[in-house]
Amino acid sequence: MTAEQSCAALQINGLEKTYKNGFQALKGISLNVEAGDFFALLGPNGAGKSTTIGVICSLVSKTAGQVSVFGHNIDTHFTEAKQCIGVVPQEFNFNQFEKVLDIVVTQGGYYGLPREIALKRAEKYLRLLDLWDKRGTVSRTLSGGMKRRLMIARALVHEPKLLILDEPTAGVDIELRRSMWDFLEKVNATGTTIILTTHYLEEAESLCRNIAIIDAGNIIENSSMKALLRKLTREVFVLDTKELISSDLKLSGFILRIMDEHCIEVEIDQHQTLNQLFDQLAEQDITVVSMRNKANRLEEMFVSVLNAPEEQSAESEVSDSDPSTTQTKGAAV
Amino acid sequence: MNMLGQWIAFKTIVYREIRRFIRIWVQTLVPPAITIALYFVIFGSLIGSRIGDMGGFDYMQFVVPGLIMMAIIQNSYGNVVSSFFGTKFQRNIEEMLVSPVKDITILLGYVVGGMARGLAVGAIVTLLSLFFTDLDVHNWWVTISMVFLTALVFSLAGFINAIFAENFDDISIIPTFVLTPMIYLGGVFYSVDLLPDFWANVSLINPILYMVNGFRFGILGASDVGIVHAFVMLIVFVVIGFSTALYLLTRAERLRS
Repeated sequence: MTAEQSCAALQINGLEKTYKNGFQALKGISLNVEAGDFFALLGPNGAGKSTTIGVICSLVSKTAGQVSVFGHNIDTHFTEAKQCIGVVPQEFNFNQFEKVLDIVVTQGGYYGLPREIALKRAEKYLRLLDLWDKRGTVSRTLSGGMKRRLMIARALVHEPKLLILDEPTAGVDIELRRSMWDFLEKVNATGTTIILTTHYLEEAESLCRNIAIIDAGNIIENSSMKALLRKLTREVFVLDTKELISSDLKLSGFILRIMDEHCIEVEIDQHQTLNQLFDQLAEQDITVVSMRNKANRLEEMFVSVLNAPEEQSAESEVSDSDPSTTQTKGAAV
Repeated sequence: MNMLGQWIAFKTIVYREIRRFIRIWVQTLVPPAITIALYFVIFGSLIGSRIGDMGGFDYMQFVVPGLIMMAIIQNSYGNVVSSFFGTKFQRNIEEMLVSPVKDITILLGYVVGGMARGLAVGAIVTLLSLFFTDLDVHNWWVTISMVFLTALVFSLAGFINAIFAENFDDISIIPTFVLTPMIYLGGVFYSVDLLPDFWANVSLINPILYMVNGFRFGILGASDVGIVHAFVMLIVFVVIGFSTALYLLTRAERLRS
């Protein structure tokens, strides 16, 4: 095993970024992404995700801290570090007047690939991303989805060990999004480490093994996806029923909302089971014909993590001033 | 990335730059050819025949080296400033900034691309000039080195302009309000011997005077300034231009956040 292989794909220590206008985008974040991982970096708009990616890729100069890519410090060994990285930015940043093949081959040249190798690689990735037929097309005439795929092909032409994707499926229809997920899973299976930022939490949950949530320039959660989802204390399920739901339906111990005469929403906390819910429904001769999560599990976790400080302070205010609120909630059960 | 990699990256940038100005040849190669041909017709043939000799030569012979140099200056400058600013504007400069290409490789790639257009237009204009006058080259070495050094200086100047430019106005202000007056007052159309002493001395601070006269010496064997002096000035401009451009690119505050 080489020194490079034994290193983490990405190591960030105490990374800070303060822009010229005084805005502190990153407040000393530290992060470790293991080689081969499929890692999600999530956060609300303006949290610092793109700044973090910008620093890793040398598009943003950092104020303080250390960043290493496969053991190569981006300050002292920047050519080695950059050679390891492929980046798919959030916004289209290729020459709109160049042809698809030229864009990918030229990018290979920037990484020192001889033209004949760059041409072969360009063909390989354009075919894999269903763009080979468009190789002679001027890039500005491509559809939004094609432009996204072009940026992925461009990022892969030098076959980086770390692929960073900043919202790669933004504005892409669901069918294409799923085909891109399949493609990225195949890329990851070949050993390429992938770091993904996305607003589609379903995407992060289905693809990524580890996750960090960044908010206001701080990492507020960093764990495996499974461990994070285990922290989810409650889930909301939507149940469609065969029978009409009466307005006086009661489910002991569950928070229930009647949506319409054939649909209910039920909140289940981590100490309750679906069997208990179904038993109560069966006792009342209610047949469930379909059931789904109201929101994606990671989405619920994401919102709860981001709102944790607010909720804690709100709850303490409520319990200090109005204890009857909890009784009201109980009465609704 | 090793030296070979940097060499491949350099060739990639140069190839891309040449491909760019050839792709839009109607905007890049045809207009200067038409403009300079009109200068040949109007200043050389129509008005020039009434002017008589200039600097000891037929006016057409005198003005041709100046007009060729004018085309080289404008197109070397124009290519780099519009291409590099376009790269900034479309943000595809990020393609290079995220890659292991060194700053000096980027600078050299753009500069050589700009020189390529300047020399291509210079060659077209030279061919056109043969329809109007005979060109007997007095000194090939001086002629060629003056052409290369001039294209290099103005490619570097275009690069510096593009780094500072934040909108399209910024890439037209310098050519319109600085470059054009310098060219017109740089001895393209007249010998500085015609000027009063004061204005002749003022003209000596204009770098284009040395380029035009150096090139004219290469073609005709006559110049308003000493040829050694002209070479020294050009080399000084190259060193200053290259150092400034590389410094600005390395600091890159206008390119990186």
